[in-house]
Amino acid sequence: MIPVSEQLDHFFTEKMKEYPTQRSFLVPMLLYAQDELGCLSNQAVEYIAGKAGLSQLEVRNVISYYSMLTTKPRGRFHVQVCTNICCQLRGAEDLFEHCKQRLGIGHKGVTSDEQFSLEEVECIGACSWAPAAQVNYDFHENLTPEKMDQVLDEYRSR
Amino acid sequence: MADVTITIDGNKVTAPAGTLLIEVCKSIGTEVPAFCYYPGLSLQAACRMCLVEIEKMPKMQTACTVPISEGMVVHTTTDKVRQARKSTLEFLLGNHPLDCPVCDAGGECELQDMTFSYGAAESKFMEAKLHRDEQQWSPVVFFDRPRCILCYRCVRVCGEAMDVWALGVQNRGSASIIAPNEGDHLECEECGMCIDICPVGALTSGAYRYKTRPWEMKHVGTTCMHCGDGCKTTLGVRRHETGMQIVRGDNRDKSGINGDFLCIKGRYAFDVTHSDERLTQPLVRHEGRLTPATWEAALELVASTFKRIRDEHGGSAIGVIGSNRTTNEENYLLQKFARVVLGSNNIDHHRTADFPALAAALKNTQVRTAGMRDVFNAKTILLIGNNPTDQHPLLAWQIRNNVRLHKARLFVVNAQDIKLHRQATAFAQVPSGSEAFAAAFLAGNDSVGESVGGDARNALLAMRQALKGAEEAVVIFGSEIRGAQVKAAVNLASALNAKIACLGDYANSRGAADMGLYPDLLPGYAQTSSEIFTGHWGALPEQPGWNIEQMVNAARDGQLRALLCVGSNPVVRYNVDPFVLQKTFLVVNEMFMTETASLATVVLPAACAYEKSGTFTNTMGDLQVVKKAGDLAGTKPDFEIVIEIADRMGFDVRKLVSLGGGTRADMGQSRGAQTGEADRHAVWLEAQNLEPRMTPFDPAAVLDEIQRLVPGYGEASRLNVAAGNDEHTTALEAGQGSATSDPDLVVPSEDTLFTSGTLGRYSNTLHSVIESRRKVPADKKTPV
Repeated sequence: MIPVSEQLDHFFTEKMKEYPTQRSFLVPMLLYAQDELGCLSNQAVEYIAGKAGLSQLEVRNVISYYSMLTTKPRGRFHVQVCTNICCQLRGAEDLFEHCKQRLGIGHKGVTSDEQFSLEEVECIGACSWAPAAQVNYDFHENLTPEKMDQVLDEYRSR
Repeated sequence: MADVTITIDGNKVTAPAGTLLIEVCKSIGTEVPAFCYYPGLSLQAACRMCLVEIEKMPKMQTACTVPISEGMVVHTTTDKVRQARKSTLEFLLGNHPLDCPVCDAGGECELQDMTFSYGAAESKFMEAKLHRDEQQWSPVVFFDRPRCILCYRCVRVCGEAMDVWALGVQNRGSASIIAPNEGDHLECEECGMCIDICPVGALTSGAYRYKTRPWEMKHVGTTCMHCGDGCKTTLGVRRHETGMQIVRGDNRDKSGINGDFLCIKGRYAFDVTHSDERLTQPLVRHEGRLTPATWEAALELVASTFKRIRDEHGGSAIGVIGSNRTTNEENYLLQKFARVVLGSNNIDHHRTADFPALAAALKNTQVRTAGMRDVFNAKTILLIGNNPTDQHPLLAWQIRNNVRLHKARLFVVNAQDIKLHRQATAFAQVPSGSEAFAAAFLAGNDSVGESVGGDARNALLAMRQALKGAEEAVVIFGSEIRGAQVKAAVNLASALNAKIACLGDYANSRGAADMGLYPDLLPGYAQTSSEIFTGHWGALPEQPGWNIEQMVNAARDGQLRALLCVGSNPVVRYNVDPFVLQKTFLVVNEMFMTETASLATVVLPAACAYEKSGTFTNTMGDLQVVKKAGDLAGTKPDFEIVIEIADRMGFDVRKLVSLGGGTRADMGQSRGAQTGEADRHAVWLEAQNLEPRMTPFDPAAVLDEIQRLVPGYGEASRLNVAAGNDEHTTALEAGQGSATSDPDLVVPSEDTLFTSGTLGRYSNTLHSVIESRRKVPADKKTPV
């Protein structure tokens, strides 16, 4: 029984052919699998190691290297607040504090209803619109605590 | 590649383009320090220790990754370089615990040495160091995380060189750590290469950690006593109440045929030498029980009984079984003792490969035998049968790294899907027992194609095509091919213009064969009537004697009245009914109370290969020195035991051990090179490349005779062997051999990485590894 959907498994098999070596496709596979499963469970690691012809240890080495990959479940909406220099100068630290208060969780925490998780992250490349935050793959820019509340409410209502 | 000329610190150096700068510096004696760079492993450039200045390059470069090019001007001694080294060391020491006084690596730590040579005396790092507790990853591997400097050597040697891939690096930046494959522990081949290659004390060995300080040991370079590959191993010894104790095994100077390599047995299974179960007192059966006796009483009983039986019933009433783990000199002496003193050809040993058949098959061919070094340099390797990863770890290492570093082509024919399949250019799985047919088929004999089945036939056909025009090839076959079938392997080697090798199982099984532990063959696979030997030894029994099975049958019939069994356990190996030997006067030289020893009339406690001097011949025919390292009070080397028996039988021992000129003094050969004035003299002799050789107990005198009389051994350079190098011998090519020997007497040991025949059963380390790997289902685990 494979941990990912048959559709994704099929996609991996086909896409793999476009890569020079199997391991080149490792990081995209991990991202796709994480998006589908929420996190990279032991079963997912085992499955992907088999798919890429690598040892589980090697797959874990890669997962641990990239901060966007995780083996622990996150919330349905993963809120990533940048606190690097540009965002910080424009109030990112207050923004992050506000998120903590609002969601009732800390850095890398998950809400009890598993809807939200929060993470303080390094630069997300949105300096021109600082302070910025990323929720899953969507960017939210020029944020204030009030604007952040709207963003969070919008996700909660989804 | 074309040569280019570069300038290093003002000196012009010419080397092939593409050579790494660090290697060029090394070649002219300019030291460029590095931690992560290791010859033969992939480049990492992780430690930043080898930074040098290169003109026209804006920043300093890592010498370990820069290939040289024409006109390059390099500076390695500028202030900038010196400061860079200082800073790098300061960084590395930032979180490194300064527990050098208790660290295993203290005294032979590369970080210590580098700090001493290039380092800073102060640290700007004021924060508290991050401490992590030491972790045990396996019975033999411990990890002390804060000591790690992240050079990645262990990761690379485990993956690239061992093909185990059990270590990795997790996280990144300052959070990076070396991680084992099973989360909190290792599942691997337990070779200990990671520990050996660690420049600091981050990876430490279960056998050695916190036992002693490196400078308290004396180091003795000898040959491993386990499998048939003959790795050079350096034993660290230390004084002990019962003599000298071996506390560490490694290949300290990376010399010898094994270079960097040692497996778990070479590294840790020396612990059999100080097992609690070692016999240290002769035992004589008294009223049905084995009771302690003095050496004098035991030897007197053995000698008088042998003499009486020989005089009353003839030498053929006595049999001798030799060992796969005694030295060449001991084996030679033992069969000479049997033939000359006892007057008996009843001599055999536990055979693990059919060497006589190979010698016979090599007659009238141009095929030569391959040495262990050939396997690392051959362009094509054909491996038929055996599983070297388990049974010949060094051979597997040579094959693997030849494929990796020299792009050699490996062809594997096996009944199992063995691990070396991963390095193979082509692999053919054939039915068990059809290995010889496969060899014949590869040599072009189509008529045997049916014997291997359709799929295998196709694979072999493709392999036959690929092998066409192979250059510098080596054919290696296991004990699956024996008897008349060996001819098929030789024919194949002949067709490929290849060298050949046959795989036997124990440290000196090849030596036992070469030295004539056969009822029908003298040393050098000579016929029992060979004039080479009758000319020197006088008349010998002409009729071939009994082999092991025949001796056992003769014992049952009461015809075999006495049996001397040296370092062998035939009761288990040949499944002998214990009651058969009841009427026989059985003398056993052993380290332990084995199944055979427990049946004996007299048990003589023997020294093991790490406790005596001599030579071993590995399964490829490479002759290497065995040096005395450990010492256990109460035991004697088999060499000495045999001489003492002969002496007490009234035999003139000068006819057994021909002493040359020279002075008459014991130079410590019999007592070990640790005690007394004479031994310091031996040390001096050794330093001058001379050998002490003066007493009848001196194996070197027998090596003289071996080199004079045994064809294929005379050419070996004594100087080279004494200096700790390997010399290839050619007894198989030179000898007559015997095609008629009984193939069923070949009983492979079937050892794994963690077993070593009867000897291995007494190793606590091997035991603990086997135990730790035993898979217990979760619900069956007993609650702690």
